[in-house]
Amino acid sequence: MIALLKRDLKLAMRAGGGFGLALVFFLIVVVLVPFGVGPEAAMLSRIAPGILWVAALLAALLSLDRIFALDFEDGSLALLATAPIPLEAVGLLKALAHWLTTGLPLTLIAPVLGLLLHLEPQANGHLVLSLLIGTPALSMIGSFGAALIVGVKRGGLLLSLLVLPFYVPTLIFGAEAVRRGGQGLEAQGALMLLGGITLACIALLPFATAAALRITLR
Amino acid sequence: MSFWEYANPRKYMEWSSPVMMWCFGAAPALLIAGVAWGYFGTPNAARFEASVKIIYLHVPSALMAINTWAMMVVASIIWLVRRHHVSALAAKAAAPVGIMMTLIALITGAIWGAPMWGTYWAWDPRLTSFLILFLFYLGYVALWAAIEDPDTAADLTSVLCLVGSIFALLSRYAVNFWNQGLHQGASLSLDAEKNVADVYYLPLLCAIAGFVLLFIAMVLLGTRTEIRLRRMRALTLRERKA
Repeated sequence: MIALLKRDLKLAMRAGGGFGLALVFFLIVVVLVPFGVGPEAAMLSRIAPGILWVAALLAALLSLDRIFALDFEDGSLALLATAPIPLEAVGLLKALAHWLTTGLPLTLIAPVLGLLLHLEPQANGHLVLSLLIGTPALSMIGSFGAALIVGVKRGGLLLSLLVLPFYVPTLIFGAEAVRRGGQGLEAQGALMLLGGITLACIALLPFATAAALRITLR
Repeated sequence: MSFWEYANPRKYMEWSSPVMMWCFGAAPALLIAGVAWGYFGTPNAARFEASVKIIYLHVPSALMAINTWAMMVVASIIWLVRRHHVSALAAKAAAPVGIMMTLIALITGAIWGAPMWGTYWAWDPRLTSFLILFLFYLGYVALWAAIEDPDTAADLTSVLCLVGSIFALLSRYAVNFWNQGLHQGASLSLDAEKNVADVYYLPLLCAIAGFVLLFIAMVLLGTRTEIRLRRMRALTLRERKA
């Protein structure tokens, strides 16, 4: 299992793996927003929590179709399905690898981008914490979506259509936590609900992911 | 004889034809009766004035939009557990009807919202969750369209439907957290003593019955079309082999 995780991380890090692309995309979206809405600091700091969360979500979406598609094409997914580890664990590990290469780096650079958007300084902790809690859910949901469309050729667009509605609850609680943090309100409730979503996703979605993979591989 | 025999495609074609015809006959009659009764036979409500009359389209379509998804969930479970092909096809046939119902509810709601709230659209929890439901329907239909093998498509869309309904419910309550609403609470519920004043209630029930029958008729029609398409595909394959 650890070997599989290492292999996925290596594949993602090397050239063409898309590591870093998500980060650059995150940066570009955040840079584009002030051009769209104007440079006033008050306005930017008001919308910063939402923009940062939406941009992180879109950046996480970018690399989703790689989770299973490449392995499906070269046949290694079929091998993994017959391997001694359960397919549920494969799904979980793939999502973990996706999170380590997108969610975690996004979380780490988010405060810098918050600076660009004049995010209230006291909300920085909330931003990092909410992304840290919330992005694993994005990776889990994303790997489920990727498993659904793994047999579809050029399914990238379809994948975003399928996955984005699933992201709504995560986005609501994540952005709400940051907004409350910025206004100095207590954000514990939002963060705990966010944590609940993430834990439920980690606990339940691997089964759905594995079911979808089995159907496609049948 | 068991209940499941009605799911046999041949048997299904037999019983569904007359049922569909009756539904197609009765649905417009009930709809026209309910709407006409509502439009001409009921007084204007005090605060709403004449705009209240759109309730005869808005409430039934909203009701059906949610229940269509519930029916798809049941059909998906039946397909995953018992592998009745008709069940999967019924879920497939129901999705476009659900899309239309959701759209009707959203559009009539916008038309009603303009004079009442002064806006066509507000990010109210109920409105927002309907928009999200609409997106779930679109994803479901798109997944059916994208996969070629019919059994794989049925399986994957069933899984999507089951997982999706959990997330749709989650979104429904998450948006409550996010914004307070303009929309009034539920007007109709089975356990309430009295729902709406009787003058409005009876024509509304009539319109709801019309929508339900229309839904049944359309799903039966869609399923019958799908069954015939399958037969055609099987026949062409056999021809090619021979």
